[in-house]
Amino acid sequence: MTGSIERQLSGWGRYPSGTTEVCRPERLSDLRECMSEATSLVARGLGRSYGDAAFNSAGFTVLTERLNRFVAFDAESGILDCEAGVTVDEILSVLVPRGFFLPVVPGTKYVTMGGALACDVHGKNHHKDGSLSRHVTDFRLLTPSGDLVFCSREENSDLFWATVGGLGLTGIVTDLRIKLIPLESSYVSVDYDRAENIDKALELFHESDEKYKYSVAWLDGIASGRSLGRSVLMRGNPAAAGPGTDLSRHSSRSFSVPDVFPGFLLNRVSVRAFNTVYYRKHPRKAREVLTHYESFFFPLDRLSNWNRLYGKKGFLQYQFAVPYEGGREALIKVLELFAKSRYGMFLAVLKRFGPGEAASALSFPMPGYTLAADLPCRDAGMFDFLRQIDRVVSAAGGRIYLGKDARLAADAVREMYEGLDAWLELKARVDPDRRLTSDLARRLELVP
Amino acid sequence: MSRPGTPPQESNGSEVVLILGATSMIARETAATFAGAGYDLTLAGRDAEEVERVAADIAIRHGVSATSERFDALDTDDHRRFAEAVTGATGDALAGVVVAFGVLGDSERAATDFDEAQEIIAANYVGAVSVLTHLVPYFERKKSGFIVGISSVSGDRGRGSIYTYGSAKGGFSLYLQGLRNRLHKSGVHVLTVKPGFIDTRMTYGAVKPGMAADPAAVARAIIRGVRKKKSVIYVPRIWRLIMFAIRNIPEPIFKRLGL
Ligand SMILES: Cc1cc2nc3c(=O)[nH]c(=O)nc-3n(C[C@H](O)[C@H](O)[C@H](O)COP(=O)(O)OP(=O)(O)OC[C@H]3O[C@@H](n4cnc5c(N)ncnc54)[C@H](O)[C@@H]3O)c2cc1C
Ligand SMILES: NC(=O)c1ccc[n+]([C@@H]2O[C@H](COP(=O)([O-])OP(=O)(O)OC[C@H]3O[C@@H](n4cnc5c(N)ncnc54)[C@H](OP(=O)(O)O)[C@@H]3O)[C@@H](O)[C@H]2O)c1
Repeated sequence: MTGSIERQLSGWGRYPSGTTEVCRPERLSDLRECMSEATSLVARGLGRSYGDAAFNSAGFTVLTERLNRFVAFDAESGILDCEAGVTVDEILSVLVPRGFFLPVVPGTKYVTMGGALACDVHGKNHHKDGSLSRHVTDFRLLTPSGDLVFCSREENSDLFWATVGGLGLTGIVTDLRIKLIPLESSYVSVDYDRAENIDKALELFHESDEKYKYSVAWLDGIASGRSLGRSVLMRGNPAAAGPGTDLSRHSSRSFSVPDVFPGFLLNRVSVRAFNTVYYRKHPRKAREVLTHYESFFFPLDRLSNWNRLYGKKGFLQYQFAVPYEGGREALIKVLELFAKSRYGMFLAVLKRFGPGEAASALSFPMPGYTLAADLPCRDAGMFDFLRQIDRVVSAAGGRIYLGKDARLAADAVREMYEGLDAWLELKARVDPDRRLTSDLARRLELVP
Repeated sequence: MSRPGTPPQESNGSEVVLILGATSMIARETAATFAGAGYDLTLAGRDAEEVERVAADIAIRHGVSATSERFDALDTDDHRRFAEAVTGATGDALAGVVVAFGVLGDSERAATDFDEAQEIIAANYVGAVSVLTHLVPYFERKKSGFIVGISSVSGDRGRGSIYTYGSAKGGFSLYLQGLRNRLHKSGVHVLTVKPGFIDTRMTYGAVKPGMAADPAAVARAIIRGVRKKKSVIYVPRIWRLIMFAIRNIPEPIFKRLGL
């Protein structure tokens, strides 16, 4: 193998971490070497999954950052063929000025396409356009046997669906094809609506979400009582070309956060104050605010390493989805449990999901609501508390987003993902020696 | 990869830069930087499929034309054909060439195994001299253009740990120095690039992370050096000082240091 370096790695939340041998292939033949020689391995893109999905402390972690070539782009069909290490940042930099946008983007542009596929990421348009996989026509997967397998909905479709959301445990995606969407301008025309509590927010979602391609709500995870779940809905549509618009790409400038913040800085008191200011800052209602895609989709990217704000102990992101039926009650229950607890929900985001990808066992989105929130790591009590929340989610027929998870229990994941048994069977077939493994895979007992 | 539109010396029209050994990360970044400045590219290397991938990538990212050409530094018999093919295809448009290929080899083995030593010398020195011999007349006739050679700080002083590679790179540095002096009157610029530790496939796993510089820094330094018609550059710049110090340690002391 072309060398490896022992490093301590973690996900974006900086909890947990592990020591692993890191290799960095620059071409397919290097990658093949890693695949055939490593005792056990998992791929890693930009490490923006929050927990332990993208490192393997039992062996090797394979960086895809240099497998990042654009292979082909057809402006006629909008189909882009690129290697798995190409990032959302790179694609938008190159193709926005030419009038194209990605059909689905997560809340940061610093993700690789391989990582995005392995988590089947969703964006603010899930209720309209589904998750990333819906727009991926096919990909090539290097499997543990060393075969490079072409996967699409028609060919090797079982492997296609097991790899979508499959957290890198079925093979390493080398390149993929995705259909981009035409873009008239770099701007989104955004409507803002304040909702004084969760019920009002859900009501607004149901009343008018279909009018918007993009829809999301910032939610105050600390307010309680009559203000429980008060929100600011931010919903918009692509702005047509016209005055005040252009096809400008995002800026590459960012500020780096130094690693000096004590973990207690962000506590319930400071965040409660922030939330109140943030909520009030938004007018009750604002219409057609022209917003560049960068600040609309990637508001946090201007601060690189903002994860350091939570201190060295790191933080968790808790994201779950619950079906429409019973979803409202589950959301309220969760918000109430948090409001009563010592654990503050920071940067909470609420969204409505459209139909999920039924063929994919591990793809997270399901029709219903999803809530995501950051939680600074505190004490062991927090993990017990979150298990209580897991039970609420599970009882409502919901599930946790594994791409963000760092602590779910192995039995809980089996309740939440019904297709898991079939997925495990396929995993055993493509990877009989269980060489594709991560800290997450072992924690959730997806591999022995 | 550097972003599209980085503005060093803007090319006017469709001038072409030829990059030899185009599959390395340093070469990819260099190609991207020239493409960002508006140059078209001819990318050459021995792994045809990889060279094509790099070419397609550069073409899509930067909207320039990037063609690929088969080139093996060891196959010196083929270098005349290669040089004619490239200059024939680009006509007068070939603005410069970057010699980026090189092999580190296994220094320990090379100390006792001549086959290993020979390949190191053949790739880093003989191959470079051979291909440049066939390309130089084109630039001499044209009375313009630039020749960039990626040598190494290892060529600045013979060290016990890496002297075969060092001697080949040292030979290459001297060759470039002489060529610079010879071509001066023809208006052809020769730039010698001496990288220190760069974070590439060559050093990955052998050099502590954080000790090795970003390959894009080499690319930026190259285009700056071309624009400013520099003779010898070190990347990162600190290596000029480090090598000054290393070159000036008296041999009786140096040989005891075990470098
Ligand atoms: C600020 C922020 C906002 C976010 N917003 C959203 C959001 O809105 N929606 C959403 O869905 N997610 C969101 N995420 C999560 C993020 O989009 C996903 O975790 C994504 O997978 C990260 O991509 P990555 O390249 O960093 O992958 P990594 O974190 O490096 O890896 C993630 C998984 O992909 C696997 N993988 C990586 N490359 C390959 C490959 N080539 N082949 C096979 N498997 C591979 C890894 O093994 C791992 O299991 C957000 C994350 C952050 C930090
Ligand atoms: N990294 C450093 O710290 C460092 C320091 C000083 C100097 N350098 C020099 O920088 C240059 C680029 O190296 P790198 O660090 O980017 O490492 P690299 O990835 O190993 O690049 C070496 C390049 O040389 C090519 N090559 C080797 N033998 C060849 C041959 N016979 N014919 C054609 N091409 C051949 C390789 O092509 P294949 O893809 O076909 O193998 C590859 O493109 C080299 O000249 C190296 O000596 C590097």
